[in-house]
Amino acid sequence: MKNLFPILTVVAAIFALWYAGSVALNAPWAHDKAQRAGIELTTKELIADTMAQKKPKLPPPHQVGAEIWKTTGAMVAKGRAFSKRSLIYHSWITLSATLLGFALGTGFGILLSVGIVYNRTMDMSVMPWVIASQTIPILAIAPMIIVVLNAIGISGLLPKAIISMYLSFFPIVVGMVKGLRSPDHMMVDQMKTWSASKGQEFWKLRLPSSMPFLFPSLKIAMAASLVGAIVGELPTGAVAGLGARLLGGSYYGQTIQIWSALITAAVLAATLVGIIGMIQKVVLKRMGMA
Amino acid sequence: MGKYNKTIREVESGVSSVISAKNLSLTFQTNDGPVHALKDINLEINKGDFVSFIGPSGCGKTTFLRCMADLEQPTAGEITVNGVSAREAREARAYGYVFQHAGLYPWRTIGGNIRLPLEIMGMDRAAQDAAVKDVLDLVHLEGFENKFPWQLSGGMQQRASIARALAFHADILLMDEPFGALDEIVRDHLNEQLLDLWARTNKTIGFVTHSIPEAVYLSTKIVVMSPRPGRIADVIESPLPKERPLDIRDSPEFIEIAHRVRDGLRAGHGDD
Repeated sequence: MKNLFPILTVVAAIFALWYAGSVALNAPWAHDKAQRAGIELTTKELIADTMAQKKPKLPPPHQVGAEIWKTTGAMVAKGRAFSKRSLIYHSWITLSATLLGFALGTGFGILLSVGIVYNRTMDMSVMPWVIASQTIPILAIAPMIIVVLNAIGISGLLPKAIISMYLSFFPIVVGMVKGLRSPDHMMVDQMKTWSASKGQEFWKLRLPSSMPFLFPSLKIAMAASLVGAIVGELPTGAVAGLGARLLGGSYYGQTIQIWSALITAAVLAATLVGIIGMIQKVVLKRMGMA
Repeated sequence: MGKYNKTIREVESGVSSVISAKNLSLTFQTNDGPVHALKDINLEINKGDFVSFIGPSGCGKTTFLRCMADLEQPTAGEITVNGVSAREAREARAYGYVFQHAGLYPWRTIGGNIRLPLEIMGMDRAAQDAAVKDVLDLVHLEGFENKFPWQLSGGMQQRASIARALAFHADILLMDEPFGALDEIVRDHLNEQLLDLWARTNKTIGFVTHSIPEAVYLSTKIVVMSPRPGRIADVIESPLPKERPLDIRDSPEFIEIAHRVRDGLRAGHGDD
């Protein structure tokens, strides 16, 4: 409860700025219309007009809110939650690619980090490529991944998931290499005095030590996965998914649709990262590390 | 043949050598040239001995202990533990090693930490439980089995770490400045407990320390070392009885040994 006041203050400030921005950005179009109709607008009329345009430059929060409600809650009420016009349907399309990509990226990232920590050749050779992979703009490589995979008969969910994986394995590798190397020399020596095998050293010392490093990486990877899935929907002219809603919105100047898809994506990301945060709390508490 | 002769001698004198170093040298290659951490070390440690290694920083006392534990490999000479190479002894889990810091795993309880080497060694669950209970009694930590390390004081953590080194019944206990980070009062207390534990278990103990009173109070044999290159300056067989109350430290014998240790340390510094 103590935290509620500062949070509400920030939210109120954001809304105030957003409304002010809407008025400022939408006013020229309102003036334009008034001039053509040959009427003078009072300030009150002007503001009312900026709040209710069909294709505003910056839709005010209540318009975005209404659009989101129309495409989620209202659809559910009509029993058409998974119709093609429902944001729930589009969110699910993007979410499934995000989660698959995240799982693949996490698995691949952990495997790579184990290789890097235990194999000197991999340590020297793989890391530069891992870093290089992230310097290529994802927008440049995403269409190629989709075209190449399509050529060998893979389409739909998997190409998008692979783009998600491409973005999400990186923070996992970086975090886990650091985490698996976090036990100090003394702890590794200790294992040696007990004549422990490499496997025992990994499962009983290195892996548990890496947990505080894994969770922050997972959070970044999850956000990156969502971005990857959305980007993966853009170049194909996909018909479904939040990326498709963004693209469709921008083709037809439907700014309200773009913003509602954006806000939905942000809420989705916040929820996913929040879930990881909760798992982190429980796991680290049980491990006596939080 | 030589080995046979030695056995005869051991039988005659009633003692057997547990750790034996012959002309042991260890040179680290660094960017500033070779560093002679140990040079021509010869030492016999017999069963049931409490041997302290004392000397200034850089005299190689920790390195020597690590050689016994096969955590460092000597570059010349030979070291045997229980009659076999240090490596074979380590693989046979011949010793328990206590580091300067307790090094307990924060995600394991005290019981879980003591259980760790037992799990690694493949002991069955019932035997683990019994061993954990035994050693917790031995270091007076009864009832702390389910506490996490951070819930214990530094001295208690170090006791738990000693319990962990004792849990798998190795005959040799190697301790590298185990009480170095603790305050004087806790240290006195733990020294007393360590002597008591040694008397009850009859283990052979190798103990590295900076403190002259600690070395004299605990040991049957004090090895004084000097730096650059690390070598043995003096070996003192303590005439003190095995039974040692804390106030033995005010006795003339105690003060005399302490004096000899100090002389040895000073002589080692003479060439500086």
